[in-house]
Amino acid sequence: MSIQQLYEEAQQLSSAKLRDDIVQQLYERSHHLCSEGINYTKSKRDTRTEKLDAIFTSPIFGFPIMLTMLGVLFYLTIAGANIPSSMLAEFFGSLENYLTAFFGFLNTPEWVHGVLVLGLYRGTTWVISVMLPPMAIFFPTFALLENYGYLPRVAFNMDRLFKRVGAHGKQSLTMAMGFGCNAAAVISTRIIESPRERMLAILTNNFVPCNGRWGTLIVLASLFMAANFTGGLKSLVTTGVIVGIVMFGIIVTFFVSWVLSKTALKGIPTHYTLELPPYRKPKIFDTVVRSSLTKSWSVLMRAVKVAAPAAILTWVFANIYIGDTSILMYAVEFLDPFGKLLGLDGYIMMAFILGLPANEIVLPILLMGYLSTGSLTEVDSLVDLKQIFLDHGWTWLTALNMMLFSLLHYPCGTTLLNIYKETKSKKWTFLAFLIPTVIAILVPLIITQTVRFFGWM
Amino acid sequence: MGNSYRIALAGNPNTGKSTLFNALTGLRQHTGNWAGKTVSLAQGNVQYKDKTFNLIDLPGTYSLFSNSSDEEVARNYIVFEKPDVTVVVLDATSLERNFNLALQVLEMTKNVIICINLIDVAEKQGITINERILTNRLGVPVIKISARNKKGFPMLLDTIDRIVTGAIECEPVQMTYSDDIEKQIKKIEPKVYELVGNQLSTRWVSLRLLDGDEKLLNEINQRFGQRRQHNEYSTVI
Repeated sequence: MSIQQLYEEAQQLSSAKLRDDIVQQLYERSHHLCSEGINYTKSKRDTRTEKLDAIFTSPIFGFPIMLTMLGVLFYLTIAGANIPSSMLAEFFGSLENYLTAFFGFLNTPEWVHGVLVLGLYRGTTWVISVMLPPMAIFFPTFALLENYGYLPRVAFNMDRLFKRVGAHGKQSLTMAMGFGCNAAAVISTRIIESPRERMLAILTNNFVPCNGRWGTLIVLASLFMAANFTGGLKSLVTTGVIVGIVMFGIIVTFFVSWVLSKTALKGIPTHYTLELPPYRKPKIFDTVVRSSLTKSWSVLMRAVKVAAPAAILTWVFANIYIGDTSILMYAVEFLDPFGKLLGLDGYIMMAFILGLPANEIVLPILLMGYLSTGSLTEVDSLVDLKQIFLDHGWTWLTALNMMLFSLLHYPCGTTLLNIYKETKSKKWTFLAFLIPTVIAILVPLIITQTVRFFGWM
Repeated sequence: MGNSYRIALAGNPNTGKSTLFNALTGLRQHTGNWAGKTVSLAQGNVQYKDKTFNLIDLPGTYSLFSNSSDEEVARNYIVFEKPDVTVVVLDATSLERNFNLALQVLEMTKNVIICINLIDVAEKQGITINERILTNRLGVPVIKISARNKKGFPMLLDTIDRIVTGAIECEPVQMTYSDDIEKQIKKIEPKVYELVGNQLSTRWVSLRLLDGDEKLLNEINQRFGQRRQHNEYSTVI
């Protein structure tokens, strides 16, 4: 008898839950050994961690606390970023006047000023004003939670859910990473040992909105979803909508993981040990400085690097005319029927396509298309911004669909590149593009057609 | 070098395994490559009495189910390279979790020392460990050390010495599983014996086969399949 035959015989004897039984019985014996050979006289520090764990990982309070933390984190980011964002925008706006004057003084040709100031300068400063303040708040706050030791508890709480859909509990940690940047999160899936579960984590990471999509989500939520509220309440409603969108992304993650683990990535989740370190008071100053300076800065630089050439390209496309229509407009008209089907329009579709290199530039490109002035436009206040959207036939449904499309659509270029580097497979990289794209088309399509069918719009 | 012995260090991550390794070997270290795999393990020598202990620092892992490549490397070294003694380093402050790995090692090999590290930290936290009871329950020596303060080293080295000379006989107390699992093991074990003989723990191999460990299957195929074929050929000739 060969070992292969023996293996098959053994497989027929055993059951799927054998590993769980083995691990459970190992731990039972460990526990028994400890109670016999070890004497604990509890110190204060131990009981504190245990008491906190009893609350944070409790079956009743665990999830509400997690949701509240998430909500508070987003609220701080949204409410706190408002004022610095508009201040930055104003600052860059006034600087632009000087730049224009300077170019006039040098007597440069019109197109030089167009490419450099109206294209490059406006594009990159838009990205900086929209992205920098939320990042400077989000990253340090998140890092504080991480250093305090809360994140492993999140993984602990989520483990049961992930296991049920056939995925790995540590996926919640890589998802948390995705709030910052999906490209970085794809690399962080290395913490998952099993190749199957790692692939699940890679393929679904995109459903967590990254920093580049925050700008889009926050602006649209506050313009259209919280339109009838003012002041603090407005931020609160915006937060509510964002939390809802994030929750929807998580539900889609579970759903896709479940479908994949029943089809292309069949298997049972592996057993793993998750270390729950004691809660520590983080070094607040160190954490804040390190994460704001290094993390925010590096993400921002990446965004600027991508936004700069994209802004130039968009300006060129919008200003080169074939006949009396710009190249940009040809593309828009071509995409329009499809966009309308999803409750979007040709401009939005084009913005997402041109935004492949980085999600940060989707909204600026969209605005530029709408104004057709051939450059990213400085909008002085959010009221102006909303008027532009309304003039192009936007309703709450358009905003909702665009938010959902942004949440669900294909990963950005950098993320796709990282997926290829990590999986070394063109097939899986393509699937990582295809799965979200199909879902991003289906969800708005269903919503739009339903709303239209019932005549709600 | 008839007096040289290989001593493998296993343990969970963050248990001070590498601290112990560095403290014992000092600068007498180098990295070696292991057969078939391009994984390098740190090695270093310790002189004790008239013997040389060649210490091998295995990757830190939480278990040895070969979920990850680290676990596979550590597992394969213990099972197939057969070190003379395997020292399992445990964190005294979280023994309940750490014993899990120790129990798995005890299933795989005979000459094991359970080395409880960070004993100074544990004492500060009010944890007292009765190593005699643990030795009695596990059937192998249990030693308390503090690698950081270099406490307990003479005892550890002396125990290694006495195991390799045969002065101490290790009799690891085997895990008993639920009746279902035990019955399944009984069915498989005699057949496993026919294949691997005394080369490996038949009980452990049976358990791994029941668990569906394909990586181990391939490993055994590579290491034993060829040898068997070779034997068959020679009998034919």
